[in-house]
Amino acid sequence: MKFLFLIWSNLKRKKLRTILTLLSVLVAFVLFSLLSALKLALAGGVVMADANRLIVRHRVSFIQPLPYAYMVRMARIPGVSAISHTTWFGGIYQDPKNQFGTFPVEPDLFLPMNPEIILPQSQKEAWLKTRTGAIVGRRLAERFKWKIGDRVPLTSPFVQSKSGGAWEFDIVGIYDGAKKTTDTSGFFFRYDYFDEARSYGTGLVGWYQVRVNDPKQAMEVAAAIDAEFANSPAETKAETEGAMFQGFAQQIGDIGTIVTAILGAVFFTILLVAGNTMAQSVRERTQELGVLKAVGFTNELVLGVVLGESLVISVLGGLAGLAFGWLVVTGLGQAGFIRQYFPLFFIPERDLIIGAVLALALGFVAGILPALQAMRLRLAEALRREG
Amino acid sequence: MSTSDGVLVRVKDVEKVFHRGSEEIHVLSGLNLEVPKGEFLALMGPSGSGKSTLLNLMGGLDRATNGTVEIGGERIDEMSDRQLAAWRARHVGLVFQFYNLLPVLTAERNVELPLLLTPLSKAERRQHVETALTAVGLNQRSRHYPRQLSGGEQQRVGIARAIITDPTILLCDEPTGDLDRKSGDEILGLLQALNREHGKTIVMVTHDPHASARAKRTVYLDKGQLFKEKPE
Ligand SMILES: Nc1ncnc2c1ncn2[C@@H]1O[C@H](COP(=O)(O)OP(=O)(O)OP(=O)(O)O)[C@@H](O)[C@H]1O
Ligand SMILES: [Mg+2]
Repeated sequence: MKFLFLIWSNLKRKKLRTILTLLSVLVAFVLFSLLSALKLALAGGVVMADANRLIVRHRVSFIQPLPYAYMVRMARIPGVSAISHTTWFGGIYQDPKNQFGTFPVEPDLFLPMNPEIILPQSQKEAWLKTRTGAIVGRRLAERFKWKIGDRVPLTSPFVQSKSGGAWEFDIVGIYDGAKKTTDTSGFFFRYDYFDEARSYGTGLVGWYQVRVNDPKQAMEVAAAIDAEFANSPAETKAETEGAMFQGFAQQIGDIGTIVTAILGAVFFTILLVAGNTMAQSVRERTQELGVLKAVGFTNELVLGVVLGESLVISVLGGLAGLAFGWLVVTGLGQAGFIRQYFPLFFIPERDLIIGAVLALALGFVAGILPALQAMRLRLAEALRREG
Repeated sequence: MSTSDGVLVRVKDVEKVFHRGSEEIHVLSGLNLEVPKGEFLALMGPSGSGKSTLLNLMGGLDRATNGTVEIGGERIDEMSDRQLAAWRARHVGLVFQFYNLLPVLTAERNVELPLLLTPLSKAERRQHVETALTAVGLNQRSRHYPRQLSGGEQQRVGIARAIITDPTILLCDEPTGDLDRKSGDEILGLLQALNREHGKTIVMVTHDPHASARAKRTVYLDKGQLFKEKPE
């Protein structure tokens, strides 16, 4: 540690050059943060998916409904342990801009099926007691400043109520996510209330969630379900949640690959920038490095000092970039349009750690060649060069 | 730190050959030199005769092609690079013609540099630095950078750095070569005081008879050999 001032003084030698190098590293890591949040946002569903759950929908498309009666037939299929269902509602609050995930469900099927939804026991009971009751995710509640006890009118572009007016819901619970990746921007209300009050489509549901006993058998169970309803007017398509979300993600292109390619190019460029800075800085002070050796610094210590400079630049720039990126992502995460389209918008912890490791690696790779060059400088010759 | 006969430096049958492309340059050929402890030796000779080369061999900055270099009873020609670095840190103080201070460090940091290799605490290092800078009369300028100091002052910082670890031998390569007469005299006075009052063994390369006059003894290097008298 006592050599730190030496490293620091050398970085101050050409302040502008050091600052520019720091900035370029910083920008690369801001980009890294943003892309990592974007990647998560686009792949959000895949992250949230549960390997134990199948989604069963109409074979033609997600919009075609399935009969409610399918539930009993699916329950008989070996390997199926639980079933829940839901339907498109597309609730709008006040303004068409404010559309969010709104789903009619049966609470005693839905809650056990989705253990990532954390709801206090008292609120659970209130929901079971209140026909017009709805539970909302923490994020959504915060967005519209809803509290328990609030009465919320929603309209739906898909489903008319018999009365022709808005649907009225009483908020009886606010749920949290079991994990950071759990979406808490949903709005769930009771299917019995919904089915009775809708003007048409009674007895139909949008799709089913099916829990299987053993994730290894998920494919077989899915095949058995599809076989059960083959050649019926409403054939099904059953797949794991992961597979379904993956399908979504692939429609927007293989984002992961693109992101990785962009980052690869950026970091390669930064590596050249930082490496060049270090190489130049070693070339400029051959004689000074000779002096260090003359007073007794070992070759390895000289290597350490030069490598230290490179590490300080990239770790400082990298951490500042990650911190800055984190602020930007957190800020963007508050923005309305982001909250609406990307329920998951943050930098995953894992990526922050990867970022920190990347900063270290960048410093090492950029610095190692110049550092080796400094280490190998022949003392007497280094001193002969007039500075 | 000397052998029983009082000889500190024993250079024996040393050859040094440089290669420049295919050309071989024989700089030192079978050179012998003994420097007793407490000596103040001036080393003179024409430009290119190998004075700096010889000094580098004695300081463990370079290796002889043949022959042995023994200092304080230790064969430094047999040491590994790592051992040699540790040995230099412990036993050698170097003073250069162009001072060779690190421009990014203040005077006190420059002087402190060799102490970083010792187990001394920060407070102890500070204490030593102050003593050394006081010894060369520069304790008021400790926070100045080399570019803020005159040549003579920079050389005094260089001497403070050379003596900070209380080395066994002080090797000076034209320490007054870049200075005017007055500053040069001050530096020579300083070296003389270190030799007389503190018993430091000094080998000083110089072109200046004025400087060599301050030494106890002068030897001349020419054509790879040492002479007691200036060869014609
Ligand atoms: N690393 C090297 N490679 C090739 N030749 C070298 C090297 N170092 C020194 N020489 C040659 O060795 C000879 C002696 O050099 P040295 O620097 O020891 O001379 P010097 O007596 O100190 O000269 P000056 O008075 O000019 O400082 C010169 O011819 C020089 O060119
Ligand atoms: Mg010389």
